[in-house]
Amino acid sequence: MGQIEWAMWANEQALASGLILVAGGIVATVGRFAQWYFGAYSIAAGALVCLLEYPRGRRRKGSTMERCGQKYVAAAVKLFGPLTRNYYVRAVLHLLLSVPAGFLLATILGTVCLAIASVIYLLAAIRGEQWLPIESKPKERPQAEDIKPPPSNPPPRPPAEARKKPNEDEVAAGGNPQVNPIPVTDEVV
Amino acid sequence: MGNWLVNHWFSVLILVVWIGLNVFLFVQTFLKYEKSDEYYYTREILGTALAVARASARCLNFNSMLILVPVCRNLLSFLRGTCSFCNRTLRKPLDQNLTFHKLVAYAICIFTAIHIIAHLFNFERYHTSQQAKDGSLASVLSGLSHHEKYGGSWLNPFQSPNMTVLYVTFTSIAGLTGVIGTVALILMVTSAMEFIRRHYFELFWFTHHLFIVYFLCLALHGFGRIVRGQTKDSMKESHPHKCAQSFEKWDHHDSHCRPPQFEGNPPESWKWIVAPVILYIFERILRLLRSQQRVMITKVVMHPSKVLELQMTKQGFSMEVGQYIFVKCPSISLLEWHPFTLTSAPEEDFFSIHVRAAGDWTENLIRAFEQHHSPVPRIQVDGPFGTVSEDVFQYEVAVLVGAGIGVTPFASILKSIWYKFQRADHNLKIQKIYFYWICRETGAFSWFNDLMISLEQEMEELGKVGFLNYRLFLTGWDSNIAGHAALNFDKATDILTGLKQKTYFGRPKWENEFSTIATAHPKSVVGVFLCGPQTLAKNLRKCCHRYSSLDPRKVQFYFNKENF
Repeated sequence: MGQIEWAMWANEQALASGLILVAGGIVATVGRFAQWYFGAYSIAAGALVCLLEYPRGRRRKGSTMERCGQKYVAAAVKLFGPLTRNYYVRAVLHLLLSVPAGFLLATILGTVCLAIASVIYLLAAIRGEQWLPIESKPKERPQAEDIKPPPSNPPPRPPAEARKKPNEDEVAAGGNPQVNPIPVTDEVV
Repeated sequence: MGNWLVNHWFSVLILVVWIGLNVFLFVQTFLKYEKSDEYYYTREILGTALAVARASARCLNFNSMLILVPVCRNLLSFLRGTCSFCNRTLRKPLDQNLTFHKLVAYAICIFTAIHIIAHLFNFERYHTSQQAKDGSLASVLSGLSHHEKYGGSWLNPFQSPNMTVLYVTFTSIAGLTGVIGTVALILMVTSAMEFIRRHYFELFWFTHHLFIVYFLCLALHGFGRIVRGQTKDSMKESHPHKCAQSFEKWDHHDSHCRPPQFEGNPPESWKWIVAPVILYIFERILRLLRSQQRVMITKVVMHPSKVLELQMTKQGFSMEVGQYIFVKCPSISLLEWHPFTLTSAPEEDFFSIHVRAAGDWTENLIRAFEQHHSPVPRIQVDGPFGTVSEDVFQYEVAVLVGAGIGVTPFASILKSIWYKFQRADHNLKIQKIYFYWICRETGAFSWFNDLMISLEQEMEELGKVGFLNYRLFLTGWDSNIAGHAALNFDKATDILTGLKQKTYFGRPKWENEFSTIATAHPKSVVGVFLCGPQTLAKNLRKCCHRYSSLDPRKVQFYFNKENF
């Protein structure tokens, strides 16, 4: 039991409680139950709890599976710094949020569940756990480079004729400034 | 899709029957409460929410009855054993017991939500009509308990205008057990989420025992008899069709109609759940009794990569290939049972498990045995329980794929085959085995090195070199290992394992493997067995469907996955 990260379970429990609060609140508001304004409060509180709890924190060891699309909410949650990192704050917040919903039967289930989540967060905080955002995945291991086959063609060169220097006739006709005392032939292969 | 259906038609049938029964129960109960006359007056106050609540309640009873059955693993093992003559497709649902358990759990959650919402409306309406002073039928009905002459025959549980909804909820049996049971259910569900189950199994296991609270609350829930309908005598006397209109005159001496009499429905939940609860109690007692038997540890081997092998004996223990046991070590934890596949063959006179360090409990176990304590820590064993690997010998051709420690059930199979060859058992249905072992690091190979080497020699001696085709894949390679392997390319045996078959690097290309096998065995039924991660399962399942021909006489691949 030593390696249990209570915050992970508290997170699931709080998320579920948020949803239950919203559902109960909707029932109370739509049905116009007595004191239905507690229901309206419950919808708002539940939505807040859901937003806060949606991004899953990083596990201490090993990789953590993100919830779908949690990056964007996590960015917002990170902004609050120690308020969201510290689990004592979360425990107190959840406890306070759950109290008003306890006045209505439709939402009291949400109250009880959120209060339980608050207790589990308290336990997590006592054990020194913290909410840390999940880092983005490191770059994939570089693939082994494809070994390119050796070139099959020789490097591009102009055709043999063009490689020869201009011939003596042209040289003589063109008025080469240099006069060679002995005939010179190009040794180009 | 066609191939999937052929393999899974029985599971699909069970699913369809289950959904059908749910729908049937819901609709039948809904119509009863919505149409029948004995609830005429109740409906007057509550409306349709009454029928919705009762219909979802009946479905809850049905599903709560079903949910305990798939987790009675001794019963399932027994069924698998007695039905061994059955078609393998008929026994497939036994492997999917956990999936069914989860499905029924989801159904319970959905019906609980419907039930609670409907009852929220019911309570609110009861409350409103208790407070109403408008002389309507609803308010007259709500005031019924005040008539001393007719006994305590009341309809509305809200007896006085001061009672709030919260008060009645927490002072009635139904309300209290409802809230407590639902909280237990929610705690069970949140701790059973895949994330928590995979990484913090003990938390899941302990919290899940809240099901005892849930079942208790379910059984007691109806004892308050809070759902009330008109009594038969009262209906004979003053039928609602006659008397409902003239409700103002019920009290008058000269009217034909008396105020209606009500009685509560007797509780029925306990009738649904009593049988499975007794079955489950037997299951737990059986597990306890089996675990109390003395286990002798005959040999302890520490392998590299932090793998511990324990060889044990227990009186009366007999196993089949690929079965698993639950192991408890009281000196580490008094309450935890952990599952391990048996790695020994049935022909051996001991049974063994290989334990890899994967968490708290396993690390403590390995440490306890590493330190050579005297006496050796006591072990308790429950099982063996059967899984899919027992079916391996039923196929002509078997493809066995094990990823890392997932090779353990197949080690048992290969050992068993080795013994069968030694004893010249030529009745083996298996003609050919393709064995794929996929591993991340080299140290992991040493466990079964001996086994593979002796199997290789055995095959050569018996001249059956083609019987066992194995491929070992090393996925965690780096350029050092690759370079080393390249330099030693010409050696007859592999540098890492000492086996004749060379180690491959990287992951297998399943399409190539499957098409080779399909071409080599065009008319056979091929069983594909995997013990490994979900992604690999998806891959293999796809390949099985793709390479199975639609003609049932030609090659067919059947996929079987084992996962804890």
